[in-house]
Amino acid sequence: MSKLEIKNLHVSVNTDQGPKQILRGVDLTISSGETHAVMGPNGSGKSTLAYSVAGHPKYEITDGEILLDGENVLEMSVDERARAGLFLAMQYPVEVPGVSVSNFLRTAKTAISGEAPALREWVGDLKTAMKNLRMDSDFTERNVNEGFSGGEKKRHEILQLELLKPKIAILDETDSGLDVDALKIVSEGVNRAKANTDLGVLLITHYTRILRYIQPDFVHVFVAGKVAEQGGPELAERLEAEGYDRYLKASA
Amino acid sequence: MAQHGIKEHSHGAGVPIQTRNERPRSTSIEDFAEVSKLQEIWRYLPIDKLKGLTQSVIGELADSHVTLNLASGVTANWVDTTAAQVGKAGLPEDRIAAIAWTNASKTLVIDVPKDLEQSQPSFVVIKPQSDQAMASHVLINVGTHAHATIVLDHAGLGVLGENVEIVLGDESTLNFVTIQDWDKGSTHVSTQFAKLGRNSNLRHTVVSLGGDLVRVTPAVELSSPGAEVNMYGVYLADSGNYFEHRPYVDHVAENCKSNVAYKGALQGVGAHTVWVGDVLIRETAVGTDSYELNRNLLLTAGARADSVPNLEIETGKIEGAGHASASGRFDDEQLFYLQARGLSETDAKKLVVRGFLSEIIQKIEIEEIEQRLIAAIELELERVGV
Ligand SMILES: Nc1ncnc2c1ncn2[C@@H]1O[C@H](COP(=O)(O)OP(=O)(O)OP(=O)(O)O)[C@@H](O)[C@H]1O
Ligand SMILES: [Mg+2]
Repeated sequence: MSKLEIKNLHVSVNTDQGPKQILRGVDLTISSGETHAVMGPNGSGKSTLAYSVAGHPKYEITDGEILLDGENVLEMSVDERARAGLFLAMQYPVEVPGVSVSNFLRTAKTAISGEAPALREWVGDLKTAMKNLRMDSDFTERNVNEGFSGGEKKRHEILQLELLKPKIAILDETDSGLDVDALKIVSEGVNRAKANTDLGVLLITHYTRILRYIQPDFVHVFVAGKVAEQGGPELAERLEAEGYDRYLKASA
Repeated sequence: MAQHGIKEHSHGAGVPIQTRNERPRSTSIEDFAEVSKLQEIWRYLPIDKLKGLTQSVIGELADSHVTLNLASGVTANWVDTTAAQVGKAGLPEDRIAAIAWTNASKTLVIDVPKDLEQSQPSFVVIKPQSDQAMASHVLINVGTHAHATIVLDHAGLGVLGENVEIVLGDESTLNFVTIQDWDKGSTHVSTQFAKLGRNSNLRHTVVSLGGDLVRVTPAVELSSPGAEVNMYGVYLADSGNYFEHRPYVDHVAENCKSNVAYKGALQGVGAHTVWVGDVLIRETAVGTDSYELNRNLLLTAGARADSVPNLEIETGKIEGAGHASASGRFDDEQLFYLQARGLSETDAKKLVVRGFLSEIIQKIEIEEIEQRLIAAIELELERVGV
């Protein structure tokens, strides 16, 4: 059983005009096996929340805490957080020229588990995971994210999720830009990870369609840097019908 | 033993040189002005690090400084530098090269006989183990239709003024690598000339890893139709390293191809690299296809990379000609992505540097050199907590 606790999180980003406050007191707790959907208008700070948990240096935590199983995440470096069991599937995965997917995945797996995986087993796991995600086997010889289509990048993120087996994963708009089939395939990947490793998921999305495949236990409405309302799956349906107007007026 | 000077055409010393083809060519020291920062060719150079290489009389590399490990069929022997076969690939265009030419009385000739197809690499290891200035001259002859791989490996301590000639017969191919992996305190000025026969193919790779001052100026003359050259360079410069690479492609004949790609990683205060890429496409070089590129990755503050591509085109009837040059810091987003997958900062940087240089490293196609380079990258990034 793992638990990620985000308490009263305040985050600012440095801009040319000085620091700009983005998160204004976020409270969220995600436990193993749970799926939390976070929905909210553009610019409300969803990616900022994801990056802050992962430890991106651009964001400054001005107040609050993040704990993973009671451990202070804010004191950990980016890689320590990953090794502690946090995973961020990025909204915009980065290209790494000259580094093949196969080399990258093996290096990451070695870093996370602290030892190089046994070769035979690793090759088998990789093959299976790629097959499940309907990824061509020649993908492993390509450079990380270089020339990948939007959908391929997202599949590649979920491939890493399945292979690295984190405790808690934040998926930042993993569903954006996916066609109907890809959405299903990617969702199945997340569900497999949940079933196999009791993964806790924080799923950032704009659309309810992914929630038909990945059942959320909780839905949080994110507005102007904090959670404005939370509820069950029915809240997502209501957001789709009504939009965020209600919250935006309230926060203005 | 000074030899009688060979001279092509001279504009007299001290005349400012405008275009590449107007530089004087001569083996006589007195045809060139003293080395000075006022001349473009020396403008970046830390002249105090040239050690004795600017003196008119210097020592000479001997047989005992050279270790040969030749693939079967490839031969080596020493001849007088006055022999007719010497000077066929090109002549010095600067004073230091003329000094080296004049002071090297013997030339080491590596012969790849015609029709030989040898996929095993031949190694020529040069280790002077001395801080005395020395001159050396190497000539590589690849016969018609022959295929070979030759590695010229410079290591240990040395102050070396060197001329390397490469002559490719018609339809031959050569994979040539020159490695500068000198100890601290070393200075190396290597002037390299290649002349390519009809439809021949040269891959010329410069690998610079160590030395206080390393200057490699490979000039390739494409004067027979259908010849192709790929000039690659990969370098890792640390504090205390000054590396200068000036590849030059002279397109004379029609339908020749050239591709120049150099990549370097720099770290530490005072690490300095200079890349000046010259491509000259002469009026006669109809159907030329040419491209040159230089990229530098600055791993820490305090390192400096100068990068200057020069392209002179005297005919419009070409297939293509282009250049690119860029120097930049580590991409923070790349490092974040890798660290978010569990890699330590150092491991993430290693992976990025390896990835950055891999495009060139893969081109070498000599397993042991690739491994050596990868090990050098590892070591380099371990050294400083970059
Ligand atoms: N470097 C920066 N400089 C200025 N503003 C920034 C910077 N980084 C983020 N912001 C701002 O912070 C706010 C929150 O951005 P964030 O990316 O977290 O939003 P989001 O909720 O993920 O939006 P989307 O739904 O469009 O992905 C936005 O207004 C954004 O412009
Ligand atoms: Mg976002």
